[in-house]
Amino acid sequence: MLELKALSKTYKTGDRALTNISFSVPAGQVVGLIGPSGAGKSSLIRCINRLVEPSSGSIYLGETELTKLSGRTLRQARRRIGMIFQEYALVERLTVMENVLSGRLGYVSGWRSFLRRYPQADIDQAFSLLERVGLGDHYNKRADELSGGQRQRVGIARALEQNPELLLADEPTASLDPKTSRQIMRLIQGVCRERNLPAIINIHDVVLAQNFADRIIGLRAGQVVFDGPSSALSHEALTRIYGAEDWDQVQQSSEPQNDEFLFSHAKVLELT
Amino acid sequence: MITNANTQTWQFRTPKQYMLRWAGWFWLVALTVFCWNLMTEDTIWAFVADAPRQASDIGGRMLPPRWGYLNELWQPLWDTLNIATLGTLIGVIIAIPVAFLAAENTTPSRHFVRPLALLIIVTSRSINSLIWALLLVAIIGPGLLAGIVAIGLRSIGFVAKLLYEAIEEIDESQVEAVRATGASGTQVIDYAIIPQVLPAFWGISVFRWDINIRESTILGLVGAGGLGLQLQSSLSTLAWNQVTVIFLVILATVVVSEWVSAKVRQAVL
Repeated sequence: MLELKALSKTYKTGDRALTNISFSVPAGQVVGLIGPSGAGKSSLIRCINRLVEPSSGSIYLGETELTKLSGRTLRQARRRIGMIFQEYALVERLTVMENVLSGRLGYVSGWRSFLRRYPQADIDQAFSLLERVGLGDHYNKRADELSGGQRQRVGIARALEQNPELLLADEPTASLDPKTSRQIMRLIQGVCRERNLPAIINIHDVVLAQNFADRIIGLRAGQVVFDGPSSALSHEALTRIYGAEDWDQVQQSSEPQNDEFLFSHAKVLELT
Repeated sequence: MITNANTQTWQFRTPKQYMLRWAGWFWLVALTVFCWNLMTEDTIWAFVADAPRQASDIGGRMLPPRWGYLNELWQPLWDTLNIATLGTLIGVIIAIPVAFLAAENTTPSRHFVRPLALLIIVTSRSINSLIWALLLVAIIGPGLLAGIVAIGLRSIGFVAKLLYEAIEEIDESQVEAVRATGASGTQVIDYAIIPQVLPAFWGISVFRWDINIRESTILGLVGAGGLGLQLQSSLSTLAWNQVTVIFLVILATVVVSEWVSAKVRQAVL
């Protein structure tokens, strides 16, 4: 379905973000992409839809070699790839409906999109997607009136409105609270199952990644250092990805115990 | 809490910075004193001493206002409003493309088109509307049209500058998201950039209209139509009580335009 071959990216500043990345994602597989900050996770998924230009290597989506495209053909390929962003990246001053319909921009003419006259089929689909993500009544609200979780749902609906063959998500839960994060991840996992849609999800939270992804790819300093099913993500693998740390404490916990950990630290400081 | 022998010191500025700042202030004061001397060299102090008497003399002639003169002012007032509004409209229409060409993130070419757009902005801004009007009265003759074009030319730079700054400050992630859907360049502008700069655009345009009302009241001084023409003729015939009426009309107009622009800005933000 999606195949990366020897993908590398070096920025103009000389920073090597990605080195010789190769893997493929079959239809319907949800991949969690984990790694420390600056490991190249964002660069990797942005290379796939060419928001960032790869320096070398090739990327295939189905039969199409994405790395060869430019101009019109590139835009046509982008239509096939839905993307979800960390800070939602909704157009804040447009309505929920306009944001969802913007997923069709690659399909309608500039004139139609300017007049907001979308084909009825697109509008029907937008309504049913809003229903699916649980925002059926909010279509006429402005995006900036919604809460974080609701905005990310609109973001998901916008990506699905493209009828994508691949879903990319860049830290979709990083700005959300733990409960909403789980709901959003469950929603993404759910829609991928329903549509047999492959997805690559950048994520900081290892526990979330393990719970909701079929496969984990660990990135460190621009190289793949782990690639396997979520269940195979051992302490040894985590150390390879992030460096040495007491993984027991992190792994058994989600937020509350982290708080406790901080709290106990605070006490220690007080005592000294 | 932590106290030990080798206490670290912290200073807001290094001694060298203190010296530099002191020297800077010293020269500023010295320059001010020097300029004051230069400025007062040619002043005839007898006239200055006379100022309060002169002021009260003119003040006395200005009062009471000749209210009957109001009837002759409605037409020029209407002209003034038209000059300001049409001029702003022309300026804004031309300023929009110039702003998009000048903004770093939307310009088609950073080395050729952008400097050109910036040049247009600087040219328009560096010449006062009164000077523009003076030139235009000579070129297209006296009257409203010269005033409208003068106001329009002056507005291009102002509106384009503020607008292109607003364009450069937009949230790029929204642009990225719209581009990721496969949207074309114009669709990205339509969906990701325009919604973000629209409030700024209305704010700037109404602000400029408000300024233009004030500026167009004096354009008549150089023959470009409007209230200024009446002001000119009243001043030259020493009809001070008419001047008062004109001043009051200008004041009222400006107050109203301020109020309108405040309301509009409230509505769009």
